[in-house]
Amino acid sequence: MVNLEINFNGLKLKNPILTASGTFGYGYEFEDFVNLNNLGGFIVKGTTRHHREGNPYPRMAETPSGMLNAVGLQNKGVEYFCKNIYPKIKDYKTNVIVNVSGSIINDYVETAEMINELDNIPAIELNISCPNVKEGGMAFGTSCSSAAQVVKEVRKVYKKHLIVKLSPNVTDIVSIAKSVEAEGADSLSLVNTFLGMAIDIKTRKPKLSTITGGLSGPAIKPIAVRMVWQVSKAVQIPVCGLGGIMNYEDVIEFMLAGASCVQIGTANFINPDITMKIIHDLKVFCNQNNIKDINEIIGAMNC
Amino acid sequence: MKKFISDFEVLYNLRLNNQYFLLKLFNEEPLPPILPAQFVQVKIEDSPETFLRRPISIHDVNYEKNTISLLIRIAGKGTAKLSEIKAGEKLNLVYPLGNSFNLPLEDSILLVGGGCGVAPMLYTAKYFMQFGFNPTLLLGYRDKNSILRKERFEKYGNVFYTTDDGSYGEKGTVLEHSIFNSELFPYKNIYACGPTVMLKNLTYKAKLLNVTLEVSLENLMACGIGACLCCVQNTTEGHKCVCVDGPVLKANEIIW
Repeated sequence: MVNLEINFNGLKLKNPILTASGTFGYGYEFEDFVNLNNLGGFIVKGTTRHHREGNPYPRMAETPSGMLNAVGLQNKGVEYFCKNIYPKIKDYKTNVIVNVSGSIINDYVETAEMINELDNIPAIELNISCPNVKEGGMAFGTSCSSAAQVVKEVRKVYKKHLIVKLSPNVTDIVSIAKSVEAEGADSLSLVNTFLGMAIDIKTRKPKLSTITGGLSGPAIKPIAVRMVWQVSKAVQIPVCGLGGIMNYEDVIEFMLAGASCVQIGTANFINPDITMKIIHDLKVFCNQNNIKDINEIIGAMNC
Repeated sequence: MKKFISDFEVLYNLRLNNQYFLLKLFNEEPLPPILPAQFVQVKIEDSPETFLRRPISIHDVNYEKNTISLLIRIAGKGTAKLSEIKAGEKLNLVYPLGNSFNLPLEDSILLVGGGCGVAPMLYTAKYFMQFGFNPTLLLGYRDKNSILRKERFEKYGNVFYTTDDGSYGEKGTVLEHSIFNSELFPYKNIYACGPTVMLKNLTYKAKLLNVTLEVSLENLMACGIGACLCCVQNTTEGHKCVCVDGPVLKANEIIW
């Protein structure tokens, strides 16, 4: 029997497979395809202090081995979440994690404070890296001082496991990671989407209503693996890797680079049952390769 | 409604003209109940450039033979790749997705399809017939040679045609058909699928005629199950996901 359990800095994961915010709704959308209780955890849609209508259509453009999105954190706000959505998802036997987004520091703090009161939410993922909100969002995650500041303020009110999701749209992701660690983050997740754009050559119009958007999918995977490798070497807290994971091979690759667990994102759109297949395939791989404990492979790249 | 993910066997891939092809797909498991205007998400294998699934409306269903038919327009790289699939090959579907056209209160139905928007109207007409209704169809094409599955459609209702060049039926778009000019427009309920500009103009027409109109939309989407929030349509009640709140929306709630 292979051990797939991960102790993610105090957060117990059944296995290293989580799902990425914004690609998995609130979990229940996938109930026909996935036994949610078998996941290491799932991270629900970005939640903000107030209701957000999101960006105008079109919000999506397919690109080679990837897609651009500009959803813009459409959600009904944290109060609606606590009252109407939390009761529906609180009893899953897995880690239900809320992605907390915002545009001003006070909004992050108030949202985190409210989520802190929910017994069955063991962690939040602080989204300082959304490229699709005009104000705030990614702006917080692209300088060391602002990233540190938002984490510092949230840390004061949020008592449970605090994951900070980093933006790849920076010159030096390692220095951002270190400044976030210094303010008390329990773990990091990386990477969010890469800022990109696409143009319709016939109409000469941008394919997204916001012109630019976030690129995800296999197209970004090698860059994400590189960033996970750089960051995990440089910090003491564990890293959750994401960016274009489509199968168990990609999971192993991220873990060898230094990720303690991973998130499956865009792949959920193509195969809604992909997480179950990946967990199964991971077990088979470990058995075939005489890996008794998946923790053995974390950061185990030979070089 | 429970959704499924499953491999279907391609029974045949029939090229109808230079733009359209018809796939007949078989599943060993009995089909779940399928409603008019529902769609499937088709996975296109070995095409990394078009790696998202393609949402395709359900053209016909045969519960006795466990088959679904898809009438598909070659619109881009994904559907071009899909058009090459051969009998005997497998096609992975997520199905059935979305809401449906609502049954009307009285038998006074006009189904309007423009271009590839005719695709869901065959099963819609068949479905309505099963409930004792006698739908009339108004189908718009570019020219006589573009007309799709004429005999099949005519099995399920009285069919009017328009063609852009007047080579069959009345000349012009469906909106210009004389049916809309008659002083006593005989229908109370219109159901439509087609290009956005057609649906938008039909919305104004339905308002003037004081009849109900339901439209089936085909916004770009990624997941098809309400997770990604990419396919939103702006409505009087805010953004609605075309994949789960649609594809059918009441025309009078849409902000075009």
